[in-house]
Amino acid sequence: MILIHCPYCDEKRPEIEFAYAGQAHIARPVDPDSYSDEEWERFLFIRANPRGRHHERWRHSHGCGRFFNAVRDTVTDKFETTYKAGEPRK
Amino acid sequence: MTRFSALSLFAKALGAHQDWPEQWPDAAPKASYDAIIVGGGGHGLGAAYYLAKKYGITNVAVLEKGWIGGGNTGRNTTIIRSNYLYDESAHLYDHAVKLWDGLSQELNYNTMYSKRGVMMLAHNVHDIQSFKRHIHANRLNGVDNEWLTPEEAKAYCPPLNIAADARYPVLGAALQRRGGTARHDTVAWGYARAAAALGVDIIQNCTVTGIRRGADGAIEGVETTRGYIASKRVGVSAAGNTSVVMQMAGLDFPLESYPLQALVSEPIKPTFPCVVMSNTVHAYMSQSDKGELVIGAGTDQYVSYSQRGALHIVEHTLAAICEIFPIYRRVRMLRTWGGIVDVTPDRSPILGKTPVKGLYVNCGWGTGGFKATPGAGDLLAYTMAKDEPHRINAPFNLDRFRNGRLIDEAAAAAVAH
Repeated sequence: MILIHCPYCDEKRPEIEFAYAGQAHIARPVDPDSYSDEEWERFLFIRANPRGRHHERWRHSHGCGRFFNAVRDTVTDKFETTYKAGEPRK
Repeated sequence: MTRFSALSLFAKALGAHQDWPEQWPDAAPKASYDAIIVGGGGHGLGAAYYLAKKYGITNVAVLEKGWIGGGNTGRNTTIIRSNYLYDESAHLYDHAVKLWDGLSQELNYNTMYSKRGVMMLAHNVHDIQSFKRHIHANRLNGVDNEWLTPEEAKAYCPPLNIAADARYPVLGAALQRRGGTARHDTVAWGYARAAAALGVDIIQNCTVTGIRRGADGAIEGVETTRGYIASKRVGVSAAGNTSVVMQMAGLDFPLESYPLQALVSEPIKPTFPCVVMSNTVHAYMSQSDKGELVIGAGTDQYVSYSQRGALHIVEHTLAAICEIFPIYRRVRMLRTWGGIVDVTPDRSPILGKTPVKGLYVNCGWGTGGFKATPGAGDLLAYTMAKDEPHRINAPFNLDRFRNGRLIDEAAAAAVAH
């Protein structure tokens, strides 16, 4: 089981305390009415799915309950870093 | 290639089976092909076979980065069924089940397709309603599926615990009698052998590293670890690595890759006559001809290419198995492994053309691609040969994520399926 550092609790906790919440830094449409079908497709469905460095969201659901961002290598599953929501992309 | 028959087996037996020739050559890449398939799993090898057999396109190469059948073809739990809710899915998966029927004879290779029945357990009122809806929808589409009472389910699969005070009470089951299992390796080997006999090159240890497109945007060929190979038609059937390959052509795909685990027990006497699936508690099981209990676990929650998963996923599945089949509580598990499954937002595959001329795709089968192997191969071959999708795979296009015409089996099954 992976150990994940929660940037709010500042502790490494086992993976089962956390819920994965998908790719990070996907901004919601500022002006949804102006969005084309292609832009909606990109926002809703297209995902990076890289083999390597991945920016993703996690939620410490059985801990502090807060969302944070992480950078993880998808080949080794090793976390590079975790950081608070709202901080710039690392 | 020696044709397998009772006579040829007997003749070779006289020589203690020492002089069987190589079943297909380990080919080296040529400079160009009429068509290239990226990915040497069952789907890709099947596509190459049907391109040669049905459409006369024999100058074909299958490029496999490892060894054929070493990806998800060799890592799944070999369950075959077609009892899907939506019309499009029922037609797609039943097309495959019909092909499974005569596959051993067609390939002259025993795929060990065993129609032992696939039984899906209902544990609550929602399950009952959902399964009965599936059964009615299936029967309207000509797909067999029937409702069993708990007693009938127990008669069909004696190890099942139907006690009223069970942790996961069995309130009934949906049974597809035509469903069952096949031997996964032989599917890859059978297609490879039959395709190679028709002139297809099976090229292993050949990773695609780039896709070359011309000034008009059309496909010109692929860069590989064994050199550049030209082809105007490229079909990608790379399962969990599809996103990576498609990015080489400049395409972003609606896919996420997750590790899905399976495990087998030590071999025991034949005790388990069918396939049982429980979506609600996420456990499914069958018994292989070697005697191992073959158990499917769930996916990890995060995107990964690691081909291994976390132990707590396996523990969760085994806890459910022990509750539903208490007689196996003392059976020891022998091996666990993971495969990388490519999951689409609506949990239905993408099989058809791409915005790039000459580039075709077969992906997004998620956690249930093995059952579709012959059908996916057949339809990818059709699409590549005619440059248009067959009416069966036409709804499974890439455009549906733009126009909203989803085939939402994710919502229909309420779990990965």
